[in-house]
Amino acid sequence: MSERQGVLVLAEAQEAQVAPVTTELLGLGRRLAHELSSALSALLIGSGVGGISQDVIALGADTVYVADRPELGTFNSDAYTAVATKVCREAAPSVVLMGHTSIGRDIAPRVAARLGASLSTDCVDLRVDQDTGRLLQTRPVHGGNALATIASRVHPQMATMRPRSAAPAEPDPSRNGRIIPVDTSVLDIQARVVETVREEAEGLKLEEARVVVSGGAGIDGAQGFDLIRQLASVLGGAVGATRLPCEQGWVSPSFQIGQTGKIVTPDLYIAVAVSGAPQHMAGCMGSGYIVAINNDPEAHIFKLADFGIVADYREALPALIRKCQELVSS
Amino acid sequence: MNIIVCIKQILDPEMPPVKFKIDAQAKKVIAPEGIPLVISPFDEQAVEAALRIKDAQEAKVTAITMGGQSAKDAVKHVLAMGVDEGIVLSDEAFNGSDSFSTAYVLSQAIQKAGEYDLILCGRQAADWDAGQVGSIVAEELGIPVVTLARKVDATGGTVRVERVIPDGHEVVEAPLPAVVTVSSELGQARLPTGRGIVMAARKSIPVWSAQDIGCDVSRVGAGAARSEVVALTLPIHERKGEIVSGETGAQAAVNLALKLRENRII
Ligand SMILES: Cc1cc2nc3c(=O)[nH]c(=O)nc-3n(C[C@H](O)[C@H](O)[C@H](O)COP(=O)(O)OP(=O)(O)OC[C@H]3O[C@@H](n4cnc5c(N)ncnc54)[C@H](O)[C@@H]3O)c2cc1C
Repeated sequence: MSERQGVLVLAEAQEAQVAPVTTELLGLGRRLAHELSSALSALLIGSGVGGISQDVIALGADTVYVADRPELGTFNSDAYTAVATKVCREAAPSVVLMGHTSIGRDIAPRVAARLGASLSTDCVDLRVDQDTGRLLQTRPVHGGNALATIASRVHPQMATMRPRSAAPAEPDPSRNGRIIPVDTSVLDIQARVVETVREEAEGLKLEEARVVVSGGAGIDGAQGFDLIRQLASVLGGAVGATRLPCEQGWVSPSFQIGQTGKIVTPDLYIAVAVSGAPQHMAGCMGSGYIVAINNDPEAHIFKLADFGIVADYREALPALIRKCQELVSS
Repeated sequence: MNIIVCIKQILDPEMPPVKFKIDAQAKKVIAPEGIPLVISPFDEQAVEAALRIKDAQEAKVTAITMGGQSAKDAVKHVLAMGVDEGIVLSDEAFNGSDSFSTAYVLSQAIQKAGEYDLILCGRQAADWDAGQVGSIVAEELGIPVVTLARKVDATGGTVRVERVIPDGHEVVEAPLPAVVTVSSELGQARLPTGRGIVMAARKSIPVWSAQDIGCDVSRVGAGAARSEVVALTLPIHERKGEIVSGETGAQAAVNLALKLRENRII
């Protein structure tokens, strides 16, 4: 157990760049490595990803393992599991971090099973216990109704980290690091991706928007979302939704915000006809300001918001849109 | 085709947040009175995925759950939905099992239950939200796994899955036997029918112990857990919740806009 050392981060590439969640993991990994007086390494899997290994070093990695091969260009659970397991066996880190993304949440349990590791998924905070040196893993449970802090009894201690819950690393181009190619001759592929279908979201990307206006189950169908869109547009923001509007097809499923949807952290989050269920709030809790518009004065969301109005959205939104238009153009 | 569905009975994840209570000392959630236990919604959708396959072809669906006394109710419910057989795994030795032990127990039971082609699980149990068991069952059995399914078709020795990704979906094919974990995008689970309820009442539901399924007891229960909960707390909400008023809804909205401007938020 004590022979294991260091922190290893699974790095993800996105459009030939280091993915934002990886920048956050490297910032966090650097801090944990420092507290454990050990080194930070990263594993980069993909096709033609060698070019960004320098960026991963600039963001804090001392060593980057690179698994570069055409078959790894799109995510394959079997292949990524095989590569990550192999590197974890060879590098023998005591802490392994992945993003709680469609890649990390998929392979982390498989890798943990193969390594005999512990695993906490969807963590929002990781710290080193000063007395024991163990990793304290904090994660929401029961849909966000409670927070559990977990400590491992075995090594390596694995965790997947909820996006946008750690501060991103600042790049330092003068940093040096080692790049180690990974032998990818054994990938054990059984399940294959035969097609990828992307549903282009209209307008601004939700995760990048500085203002998000979300509609909930209290909105009257697809048409009701016109008002949500108008308010978002006046404020230069994007549209989001709770689960029901997505399930009903009023908006695309990619608009869902929450524990099982997207995690957003805009400067301003306006929740319209949303009750404030923890599974939804999990996706917007980190926003700068939260504003609630709801016709039920007892709605739970008012306890979770900075400002609120008790009103029917059909009456409030046209006035709000007009006033905001006037204010932002003046 | 033999389909196994793993289900878990949990506290209602959509109970009003004010009813949610914990015992921080014991690091446990206190079950609220008067709110019935439910089947984890993703598991119910995994049952739905199995039944949709059975609607289209010859198939036998078996539901397996690990739990205590009340777990039979969960099995009864899915039998009434149209599941053919149900099995409860219950043993003191299972208490305190983590995801790894749970997956081990389930995989032992799956092997004892007989031939299997497809194993369906929910993407995560909506109580501890870990999302690990399905994938670890696949590792235990040495078979492929596809996570986050919104559509599952199984024919001719292959499972074809539409897997949810952030900006759409991908189609994944895997040879059977395989594990598939189901996401909410699959759609609503069907309700039990009157006839189903009558049929379910007549079925016997076997209860298997650790010994029945040949479990190595050193691999299950609290003692085998790879991690421990060191603290359980309620989240702290630090926002002030200021209600902006107005004579009418429209006036309140105007006042809200002014407030946001005043605070340089817009
Ligand atoms: C495991 C699990 C995962 C989940 N994941 C997610 C997730 O990722 N994202 C998500 O959003 N949900 C998720 N949910 C669902 C979540 O628990 C809630 O059911 C959901 O968020 C509630 O959505 P809502 O607030 O829109 O609807 P409701 O709770 O029905 O609230 C509607 C609100 O609209 C108000 N209203 C009605 N009419 C008007 C009007 N005319 N004007 C103003 N206000 C009005 C009502 O007062 C009410 O407060 C999940 C649930 C589970 C169990």
